[in-house]
Amino acid sequence: MSSSPLFEVRGVTKRYRLPRTSVFARRREIVAVSRVDLDLNDSDSLGLVGDSGAGKSTLLRLLLGLEPPDEGSIRYQGEWRRREVQIVFQDPTRALDPRMTVAEIVLEPLRVLRLREPMSTRLSELLDAVGLPRAAADRYPHEFSGGQRQRIAIARALAPRPRVLLADEPVSALDVSVRAQILNLLHDLRDLYGLALVLVSHDLSVVRHLCDRIAVMHRGEVVEQQQTQSLFTAPTHPYTVRLLEAIPRLRWRPSPRPSE
Amino acid sequence: MRRRLPPSLLAGGVLVALVVLVAVVATIWTPRNPTQVDVVRRLSGIGQNGFLLGSDQLGRDELSLLMAGARTTLLVGVVTVVIAVAVGVPLGGLAALFGGALEEAVMRVSDVLLAFPALVLAILFAAVFRPGTVTAMAAIGIAFVPSFARVVRGAGLQVMEQDYVTVARGWGSGPLRLMVRHLLPNVGSVIIVQATVAFAIAILAEASLSYLGLGTTPGTPSWGLMLAEAQTYLAQAPLLGVWPGLCIGLSVLGFSLLGDGIRDLLDPRLVERMAQT
Amino acid sequence: MSAPALEVRGLQVLVGETEAVRGVDFTLEQGARTGLIGESGSGKTLTALAVMDLLPDGLVARGEIWYRGRDLLRLSERERSRLRGDRLTMVFQEPLSALDPLMRVGDQVAEPLRLHRRLSRTEARARARELLERVQLPDPVERLRAYPHQLSGGQRQRVMIAMAVACSPDILIADEPTTALDVTVQAEILALLERLVREEGTTLLLITHDLAIVSQVCDQVLVMYGGRIVEAGPTAEVFSHPRHPYTLALLEAIPPIDQQLPNGRLTQIPGAVPGLGEFPSGCPFRTRCLRETSCCSTMPEMAGTSHPVACWHPLS
Repeated sequence: MSSSPLFEVRGVTKRYRLPRTSVFARRREIVAVSRVDLDLNDSDSLGLVGDSGAGKSTLLRLLLGLEPPDEGSIRYQGEWRRREVQIVFQDPTRALDPRMTVAEIVLEPLRVLRLREPMSTRLSELLDAVGLPRAAADRYPHEFSGGQRQRIAIARALAPRPRVLLADEPVSALDVSVRAQILNLLHDLRDLYGLALVLVSHDLSVVRHLCDRIAVMHRGEVVEQQQTQSLFTAPTHPYTVRLLEAIPRLRWRPSPRPSE
Repeated sequence: MRRRLPPSLLAGGVLVALVVLVAVVATIWTPRNPTQVDVVRRLSGIGQNGFLLGSDQLGRDELSLLMAGARTTLLVGVVTVVIAVAVGVPLGGLAALFGGALEEAVMRVSDVLLAFPALVLAILFAAVFRPGTVTAMAAIGIAFVPSFARVVRGAGLQVMEQDYVTVARGWGSGPLRLMVRHLLPNVGSVIIVQATVAFAIAILAEASLSYLGLGTTPGTPSWGLMLAEAQTYLAQAPLLGVWPGLCIGLSVLGFSLLGDGIRDLLDPRLVERMAQT
Repeated sequence: MSAPALEVRGLQVLVGETEAVRGVDFTLEQGARTGLIGESGSGKTLTALAVMDLLPDGLVARGEIWYRGRDLLRLSERERSRLRGDRLTMVFQEPLSALDPLMRVGDQVAEPLRLHRRLSRTEARARARELLERVQLPDPVERLRAYPHQLSGGQRQRVMIAMAVACSPDILIADEPTTALDVTVQAEILALLERLVREEGTTLLLITHDLAIVSQVCDQVLVMYGGRIVEAGPTAEVFSHPRHPYTLALLEAIPPIDQQLPNGRLTQIPGAVPGLGEFPSGCPFRTRCLRETSCCSTMPEMAGTSHPVACWHPLS
């Protein structure tokens, strides 16, 4: 459709100043993100992988628009970034205000953004979309399991009808037996709403499962960016090679049933 | 999922309820007029001349005085805590919300204020303004501001680190909305605990000031004042010192226990543990 | 065949009146590397802590834990603490909180040697240096004088491992030793751990929620759910022919790393892991299981010899 990408990230650098260690010491700076170029189109799904401290989460914060980059530019070509870019975090317990009911949590973005929507219909739609019972509306986050809390967080992110969904380690804090539910949900919602997805994860199998393209970050830089398939078969950067070799692989799997 | 209330909450609650009850009753009824002087029957013993707990050096009914004193005490507690909350909570909240220079300023001013004990500040106030209940309340209230500001800032900073605040900022929630919607509700329990403890200290401070002649002025019933006046007659009527002392002790104990109890009840770790089992 | 290194019989761990570990039997063969797989609430960590006698206050262990002809649960506190850190050692998930922040790394590694081997300060120091070299800590001589916060997460975990192998233990328990680490560091730490236990013939119990790690490191596997062991056996056998529906579901729920799924959907397990004390009676998995029938409300026994499973309707 449009020729220019939805997100255009060019030469973005972000530094943070560390607190002074002594009155006489100079404040040290760390470069969290360094000279990053990225494009994201509608319905793209991009995975960000790398070690902790590689700058993945900082990059997400920049895309969300919480703070400006120190250098370079992030251009969002949609209409209204605050409405159209939403985020889901790793730990749903920290991501949901314990003093608010599910209904309040999910509808809060509509209120803040002053979107004119029939609130109760929208609430039911959202709860249905993420597979929560409608009776959940009047309950508080602590009454739910980790997986359900993540569903609440996803419902909130969907409320303002976003075009881009940012997800920061969305299943890492969940039980293994619950992860597949949330991964399937993200997969389905992405297809259903045509969302562009930026997924940060340290788990390459999760990224591989959900993303068409992967950007490998190392010490603040994007060292390699490729289509998922070719990244796994023909990695070019030494760090990517190390990362791929380091993934613990399941040596045995049950053969698929019914047999193929 | 019922769980047992902390015992300190029950004990504190009962004591506080008693004080409140007495104070309420005193507004409509006391056995006698607490300010009515009867010099002839001064320093009566217990039950003598129709004085249930005896009479004081001016022949006023001790029981009625104590009941009326409860009103003064509660009034002082409420007003000081309201002053401290009204000023301290927004300051602490803003400090947590904005950080930077504002936070530095609030915290440094708090440090300076904290360096003055409440009593010293009150004495200063009494010297500058007219000594009296109002001056005492204002002084104690202001002396409490830093502790509220600090507690709210501390708890508020934790709230600000939560991801739900990041999410809310992402769609453009402004500082005011963050404060009202997320920060204040989540620091509410801390404020309640702090207020209860402050209440206890305020009672004690008012009594001390009145005892020193810097608080409630003679004519208004006050436990601290009664204690001061009883001192002169300690040899003749020792009980006159015991009654107000007992009242002060029990109400301070009541509010302290209540504060502890509420803290135990709201302790997030405890709640978490309960939620897990 | 030599006697097993550890034999656990009917182990229960009680949290108040709730049974968090509900009667667990397993055997660690001499020199075997056994993986203990479980999610939150499975009781895997409590099982390990019971073996180590490190249960938090208020938690009670019952049953039998046989080590060298003695039931650990019948030993005195003194005898148990003599074994702990010497014959039985443990590596924790978060090395930063498991190391004393105010003690130099060298002194911490030397501590078990001074305590259990009564080495002098200088001897222990020298041994500590050797140990840090063995765990491949860069610049071991300098690192001896460092404090834990001056090391990276991976380096701290190396220090923890050095402490754990200092006295050449019979049994080493590692509880999620790499969960807090980056993928690349994780691979190094696992390789190190495996090499050390191989060289020393140490019996390893590796606790993790990560099935891939178990398949890489362990020759035996125990699968725990809801405070019970539901399946056990050789790793290759259990992973390629799982007999418990839970084990199969877990394996199928992991996105494969080497291929893309045709329709992009994973097989998911319905429901959530219940909280402590909220597991159903009988088979703990039955409320999430597709094969549930009425008989599942009674707990099935572990049946089978080389690859036992606790299920009324095991997969063939």
